[in-house]
Amino acid sequence: MLASIVLLPFVGFLANGIWYLTAQVKGGKSISARNSGVLATASIAGSFVLSLALFIRLIGLAEEERVFETVLFPWIQVGALDISFALRMDALNALFALVITGVGTLIHVFSIGYMDHDESPAKFFAYLNLFCSFMLVLVLGASLPVLFLGWEGVGLCSYLLISFWYTDPEKASAGKKAFVVNRVGDFGFLIGMFLIFTTFGTLDFAALKAAFATVAVAPGIVTAMGLLLFVGCMGKSAQLPLFVWLPDAMAGPTPVSALIHAATMVTSGVYLLARMSFLYAATPDALSVIAGVGAATALFAASIALVQNDIKKVLAYSTVSQLGLMFLACGVGAYATGVFHVITHAFFKALLFLSAGSVIHGMHEEQDIQKMGGLRSKMPQTFFVFGAGWLAICGIPPFSGFFSKDEILWQAFSSSHGGTLVWAIGSLTALLTAFYMSRLFILTFLGKGRTDKAAHAHESPWVMLIPLQILAVLSITGGFMGVPHASWLEHWLHPVLAHAPELRAGVHHETEWFLMGFSVVVAAAGIAGAFFLYRDKRAADNLAARFRSIHTVLLQKWYVDEFYEAAIVKPVARFSSFLWKTFDVKGIDRVVLGFGSFAGQSGTLARTLQTGSTQLYTFLILVGFASIVGYTLYGIFR
Amino acid sequence: MAFSGNLLSWLVFAPFIWGLAGLLIPARNPSWTKYWALGGTIVAFLLSVVVYLQFDATSAAFQLQESVSWIPSLGVSYKLGLDGISLWLVMLTTFLCPLVILGAFEAVEKKHKGFFFLLLALESAMLGTFLATDAFLFYVFWEALLIPMYFLVGIWGGKDRIFAAMKFFIYTMAGSLLMLVAIFYLAYQFNVQSGMGISTSLFDLYTVKVPGDGYLSAQSLLFLAFALAFMIKVPLFPLHTWLPDAHVQAPTAGSVILAGVLLKMGGYGLIRFALPLFPDAVRLYQWPALVLGTIAISYGALIALVQTDIKKLVAYSSVSHMGYVVLGIFSLNAAGMSGAIYQMLAHGISTSGLFLVVGMIYERRHTREISAFGGLAKVMPLFAVAFLIIVLSSAALPGTNGFVGEFLILLGLWQTAPVLAVFSALGVILGAFYLLWMFQRVMYGKVNGEENAQLKDLSTREILVLVPLIVAIFWMGMAPGFWFSKMQPSVDALVSKYQASAVAELRKVSP
Repeated sequence: MLASIVLLPFVGFLANGIWYLTAQVKGGKSISARNSGVLATASIAGSFVLSLALFIRLIGLAEEERVFETVLFPWIQVGALDISFALRMDALNALFALVITGVGTLIHVFSIGYMDHDESPAKFFAYLNLFCSFMLVLVLGASLPVLFLGWEGVGLCSYLLISFWYTDPEKASAGKKAFVVNRVGDFGFLIGMFLIFTTFGTLDFAALKAAFATVAVAPGIVTAMGLLLFVGCMGKSAQLPLFVWLPDAMAGPTPVSALIHAATMVTSGVYLLARMSFLYAATPDALSVIAGVGAATALFAASIALVQNDIKKVLAYSTVSQLGLMFLACGVGAYATGVFHVITHAFFKALLFLSAGSVIHGMHEEQDIQKMGGLRSKMPQTFFVFGAGWLAICGIPPFSGFFSKDEILWQAFSSSHGGTLVWAIGSLTALLTAFYMSRLFILTFLGKGRTDKAAHAHESPWVMLIPLQILAVLSITGGFMGVPHASWLEHWLHPVLAHAPELRAGVHHETEWFLMGFSVVVAAAGIAGAFFLYRDKRAADNLAARFRSIHTVLLQKWYVDEFYEAAIVKPVARFSSFLWKTFDVKGIDRVVLGFGSFAGQSGTLARTLQTGSTQLYTFLILVGFASIVGYTLYGIFR
Repeated sequence: MAFSGNLLSWLVFAPFIWGLAGLLIPARNPSWTKYWALGGTIVAFLLSVVVYLQFDATSAAFQLQESVSWIPSLGVSYKLGLDGISLWLVMLTTFLCPLVILGAFEAVEKKHKGFFFLLLALESAMLGTFLATDAFLFYVFWEALLIPMYFLVGIWGGKDRIFAAMKFFIYTMAGSLLMLVAIFYLAYQFNVQSGMGISTSLFDLYTVKVPGDGYLSAQSLLFLAFALAFMIKVPLFPLHTWLPDAHVQAPTAGSVILAGVLLKMGGYGLIRFALPLFPDAVRLYQWPALVLGTIAISYGALIALVQTDIKKLVAYSSVSHMGYVVLGIFSLNAAGMSGAIYQMLAHGISTSGLFLVVGMIYERRHTREISAFGGLAKVMPLFAVAFLIIVLSSAALPGTNGFVGEFLILLGLWQTAPVLAVFSALGVILGAFYLLWMFQRVMYGKVNGEENAQLKDLSTREILVLVPLIVAIFWMGMAPGFWFSKMQPSVDALVSKYQASAVAELRKVSP
């Protein structure tokens, strides 16, 4: 049954893929979005039903028996290395499997409507199914290498789906950028695996956990392991400094942004930290780095989101920022809280992206919020569900985002790994989040339509609206699984995660209620600020003009892409050209060819030079040696 | 079985004899020649399957041995045999040759008979090289295959074919001469030490003891003589400059054989000769070899990044990928060695695939400039799928064959030299970069120009060429145990000599 969860979407991929290719070969009409979409949806929905069944069986088991395992086949077995292709479901990844298949199913349904006018929906659904299959391998894999197979597999699907409309060079580039930047992270992941294997002799999670409890390892080595794996997370979960691919990834179709670049794949890093929490619990240094990177990313990305005008770009930076909050939670040792925010974020961010998709659909592919406005009356259903997502991400009680974000801020403040600074950064991020999300909401839905397109926008069909409504319900109610002091989620995850850290000295439980009130005030202030500023759009534009330099820096995303271009991409290209044209062709190859012509000419020369004088011979040897060296250097520096 | 006593000889010479017979086919029927040649390579493949079935995977010993005295005065005999390592390289050769011939059906525009005869002769020479268990016989096959290769490049090659063929021929032959000297030094040394006469038999040479302390000891010099020949063939930086020229000028079939099989002979030679014969020298020169291998990975990848000719890009990517092979071998542990052999097989599959794919669009457009293409995914959807799978296998995506080899090599290297492993792993990033960038420029974007818009998708023949490679890519990626199980005893036996030192290295790493 566990294997079927992974296999069902894979079968869906094969079916749609083969169907698509046969249609291509025959050159006939393309397969409709409805036919291919229903097939793909059925396979992922089946996977959801199976996940749910296993989840219910897990609930029925005693705490310590909550594990299902299946070994599919032996994968790589060489010497001491023994990697089986094994899946293992426990309390932690059962939740992830539910989110992936559940939200995944809704997004598949939505796509049937969204991809209706596309040229090759069958290809799209094949990729989407393949993604789900790899994503499930990622979370259900019983060892680091199997997780890594899923990890790279979802990266591939992300690449394929970002560049889905590949005739646009920008979209093709965005896909490649995502893959290559992720490879930078994978580089760390790989080295981390090597270090872990040579230290513990295994890469299986359960065996590692057991070995970690018995084998004594120097703290520096544990920190190195933790940080190396975290480099992988920086790539996959778009943290500083490797976040640059995610905003570009918005080039993909919007359901892809919702599924891959908001709800599931980008949270893999948080899953990995939670999975390895037994290791991270032993390395406060690595945790501090993670908390620091998370906090910095959260604030940094939120600052960019303040001024973006592309509806998807705002949501993309918002995702980077929210992922930062999740890492902040893990970094202060509150893994359950990080997972909590993964789940609520999956609900409300998938909702926001899909509603944005509905808006883009209704606006005939327009994504600039400057050109929207007044959609409340044109798209009332979308307006309503987007509103639910908006209040959830702002952190207004009792919407889901309130509970998880509040929990993160409390943990940041109270944990012995946390402190006032990370709490303050988190709260500031929350303030900015409420502001930019309200700005997005106001500019899109309120006021009057600012263009013809906005005036003629149409509501989306029911096949797109129903998934939105279900996600809206989840975004509103999802937080109740983690009500403070009565958290079902924390209780559920307690046996599988490293235990929550101690309270910081001088922090009392009563403070929690005060901070909770404070975070509501922060959210309300952000919303109120946006409403005040954007009650008249011209006033806001004037303000932007007055602080033009700051506004431009934010609009240009702190010039990070430009910096990478100038500091890494261009120098590497220049260096490569030098290696090729100068060092390789004019250097090494000249010496080689020199040997060749030397052999030919030496015969003729040798006859005339045979004088018998040893001094002359020595001298000539020196001259020869010097000329070879000189010839090479000349070739290089010419 | 009729040929049970000399099965390996049948395997080695079948293609050559078949090719000779094919010369009798009248020149006005080129398609007969093609199918005849295809039949010959399929026969060779079937023979290799028989060899595979008769191979005992539990033993590290050489099997199906044959021995006939050949030049008694020099102690040379005709000896064949195979172990778990040569088994797979033989299978790789017999697997690729039919695909090469099928792939070349439309490519040859002149002198069909000669072309297909030379390919069959080449196959015989390659199989002989992997199966010889006499050092001199090995040398003979090793040099013999230069001749058909020389003509394949020199006659059916591109614009600068004569220069490229000469460069390839002289470079690799000059590099092997010292090996011949070293072989006979060892053969005489065997007589001195055992009193049983001169012998070039590999098994006799394995018993020769040569003083090996110091970088210029007798053993070290002998090692260097062998290593030079092998590392030129690999090719290891900085001995690689013959490769880009040869690849670019060679016809597709030549490039595939060159990258798919010939380069592996360098790695095979190191494993078969250098490692068992010169253990002290190998330990001494382990570090220089590892450093060069590490440089090769990034060096080849960086240069591949800026190529404008797809074939040259693939050629430099071979320099990068074969750097991993050297690293795996000189890690001197089971993970590295297994990974190196696996990487040779994987690279044989994926790089052959790349050259075949490049050949297919070259046949359509008669150019290999990346900038001449664009948007091909739109007009050639099947081609796009096949190309992408091969590219991903070359970029070592987990689940494909490329990942298993690279993972094991880096893991093995990590146990020997963690710092070098970190630098070598940079290839993981760069590899994805140059491959996907090339793929993007050729396949994505708007269809670039009228000629590209008219391109036909894969023909049935081309599908038949690519499907076996794609099956191998995933099979090797998901079930490597199938391959490892046959070679494990041989690898273990080889590595056990070095195991003591490997374990010591391992202790140094782990706390």
